[in-house]
Amino acid sequence: MNDFTYHAPTSLDDAVAALRGAEGGTLIAGGQSLLPIMKLNLAAPTDVVSLAGVAGLDGITDDGDSVTVGAMCTHAQVAGSATVQGRIPALAAMADGIGDAQVRNAGTIGGSLAHNDPAADYPAACVALGATIVTDRREIGADDYFQGMFMTALEDDEIITAVRFPVPSRAAYAKFANPASKYAVAGVMVADGPAGVRVAVTGASGDGVFRMAEMESALGDSFGAEAVAGMGVSSHGLLSDTAADADYRAHLVTVMAKRAVEACG
Amino acid sequence: MPTVTMTVNGMERSGTVEGRTLLVDFLREHLGLTGTHVGCDTSQCGACVVHVNGTSVKSCTCLAVQADGADVTTIEGLANGADLHPMQEAFREHHGLQCGFCTPGMVMSAVDLANRDSDPSEHDVREWLEGNLCRCTGYHNIVKAVQAGARAMGGGS
Repeated sequence: MNDFTYHAPTSLDDAVAALRGAEGGTLIAGGQSLLPIMKLNLAAPTDVVSLAGVAGLDGITDDGDSVTVGAMCTHAQVAGSATVQGRIPALAAMADGIGDAQVRNAGTIGGSLAHNDPAADYPAACVALGATIVTDRREIGADDYFQGMFMTALEDDEIITAVRFPVPSRAAYAKFANPASKYAVAGVMVADGPAGVRVAVTGASGDGVFRMAEMESALGDSFGAEAVAGMGVSSHGLLSDTAADADYRAHLVTVMAKRAVEACG
Repeated sequence: MPTVTMTVNGMERSGTVEGRTLLVDFLREHLGLTGTHVGCDTSQCGACVVHVNGTSVKSCTCLAVQADGADVTTIEGLANGADLHPMQEAFREHHGLQCGFCTPGMVMSAVDLANRDSDPSEHDVREWLEGNLCRCTGYHNIVKAVQAGARAMGGGS
């Protein structure tokens, strides 16, 4: 890992200033994605700006129609939150399935979303639930936020402060996990919420999270596992790697969608 | 270069590090606390698990500067003199180790679980140990040890 200058600001303004003043700066939240890629020299920032000391990025609040999760909330905090468990149990269960206990103790929702790993779980939850990504300067709908593998709508010096999830009437996430990393080989979140039925898939495509319009339409007509059970998914554009080839992933998307619908009850 | 100060096993410790210095390297190389092991260095094996502010983290995937000001507990901080911590005693009693390389991380991870759940089921233990790899014994006796250790702790470390 190359060395860098470390910054520990206590306000968003100072964090933005540190990023703007750096030749090649990056933010660090929990570091569970950033540090591994820095060890591989896939990222070599000149400056690392920590958000750990910035006030106002933690906490989970029940807003009635929605639940707002602070960007620095760890996966363990989301999984263990009585508010999330009570209002959006699918989100708590999803967070409880990320990585392992120690990764969940350190990794954050904001960090995961800023990184946008194509096999991460949160993108599927955000898109299916119709979440809004709140930053230091604007609000971005999930459909506009994710822009391909490791690509997001964030500007270089923009900082996620919170994520707002509309409360669905029912939702569930089913993941076929890589047994070593627990990343999704294919993961499907199904949500029946204010924006109708939404089905979001992660892990399967090199372009990151995507929606299954055909499944959404079928479930909108008749919400049940049989609506998606026989629905074939094209393997075009899906990932092929040592974990699974594209045809197998296409098959998994249907199976995970079916399981998620069943888990909606 | 940054200076970090943290409480390690109840004692205030300081050191000058590089930004890129990992917490595990600060513990091992700067403080000589070599009980915390480096196995994979890719945050998968869990040999490096320590507690930072009371929760278990992988110290190979944490910068020393991130732990500045924190309260850190390593495997060396568990025993009270010659008296083993109940979780360590349980690992000995139930033969929860063979070569011992993974054991410090296993024990630190297990203590975090026991602090949350004083009577975890076998399923709970196996799920919790997802991020701790043992390549000798398999997990059978480790799981028994963690359950016994948690009960012996009685909900507190």
